[in-house]
Amino acid sequence: MAIDKPYRNIPGTTIFDADQARKGYHLNQFCMSLMQAGNRARFKADELSYLSEWPMSEQQRQAVLDRDYNRMLALGGNIYFLAKIFSTDGKSFQHAAALMTGMTQEKYAEMMLAGGRKPEAGNS
Amino acid sequence: MARITAGIATSHVPAIGAAIDNDRTADPYWKPLFDGYRESRQWLSDHRPDVVILVYNDHASAFSLDIVPTFAVGCAEKFAPADEGWGPRPVPVVEGHPEFAAHLVQSVIQQDFDLTIVNRMDVDHGLTVPLSLLFGQPAAWPVRVIPLAVNVVLYPPPSGRRCYQLGKALRRAVESFDEDLTVQVWGTGGMSHQLQGPRAGLINQPWDNAFLDRLVEDPEALAQVPHLEYVREAGSEGVELVMWLLMRGALSHRVRTIRRFYHVPASNTAVGHLILEDLG
Repeated sequence: MAIDKPYRNIPGTTIFDADQARKGYHLNQFCMSLMQAGNRARFKADELSYLSEWPMSEQQRQAVLDRDYNRMLALGGNIYFLAKIFSTDGKSFQHAAALMTGMTQEKYAEMMLAGGRKPEAGNS
Repeated sequence: MARITAGIATSHVPAIGAAIDNDRTADPYWKPLFDGYRESRQWLSDHRPDVVILVYNDHASAFSLDIVPTFAVGCAEKFAPADEGWGPRPVPVVEGHPEFAAHLVQSVIQQDFDLTIVNRMDVDHGLTVPLSLLFGQPAAWPVRVIPLAVNVVLYPPPSGRRCYQLGKALRRAVESFDEDLTVQVWGTGGMSHQLQGPRAGLINQPWDNAFLDRLVEDPEALAQVPHLEYVREAGSEGVELVMWLLMRGALSHRVRTIRRFYHVPASNTAVGHLILEDLG
């Protein structure tokens, strides 16, 4: 019998469960490799060549090159692993969060200062 | 005999660590947050324990997807700050308590909780940001720390109920250690936040404040809340709050609230903080 996954119905949210982790294993392990300064330098010097060393799918590779975080989430990425990519880019969590919501970082920061996204506004 | 004297809950946002490390705590953005911890630091300097059992989660620093333990106890002598992608935080190495940790894991495993023992582990912002918030920037941390890492990254994490029950087992384990030690249990993470997807930025102040009320007054009922409610109401990363129930389970039912603080925002996150004195 299939595992019940009621969390699939929450809008704008991808839950990183064991099935997503299976799909995203190599993508996430590539991200882990960026915790070492030498690997960060090699990735920055030639992203495509560095990515080719990891047996991930073409879609996953392209999503990394495009810095399309929503796509990476859909393809099995987890945000704490993906954080190694935007940290390597010198970007903050708030930068990445704004990107995923489609807002400018400035507008997103304003929303947070005003108390954040309200759960009752059709988002839950 | 070792005994638990207090529990502390606090969020552990990485941007808070960056603000401390880069000397920005007096900036208008950060000042209200750090002011909220000033009295807590004073209280803690008057009530310093020998050991803190620090319940936190690793954020893909020590544990990659190769091994994902649900509950892992750090039994090493020392734990170095992790390089999370921008270099390790400039904070002291964390000193463990291997003898006490070994006692705790043996006692807790014998109470049917199958813990993972970790003898080598770097610790990330999940563990070091709470230490910085509550001890400032000392040359060495003034307490020994036993890290208790809970998986809340790979779904499903342990339930709130399981965490609460583990807290109870941990209390029995502490009280069966012969050496006279004062112990605090800290629960970290939360409060409401979502860091991913189009719903990122979610904050739920009424839910968070009700959680703070219930954690103090009615933890048994709070422990029954399912994961789905955390994710829906407090965001996908808000599920970290199950770790606060582990802390609460380790305390007596009777507690006195020494400190309560709530602030929005710290980067993407609602910050909550409690100090609960254990009344035995």
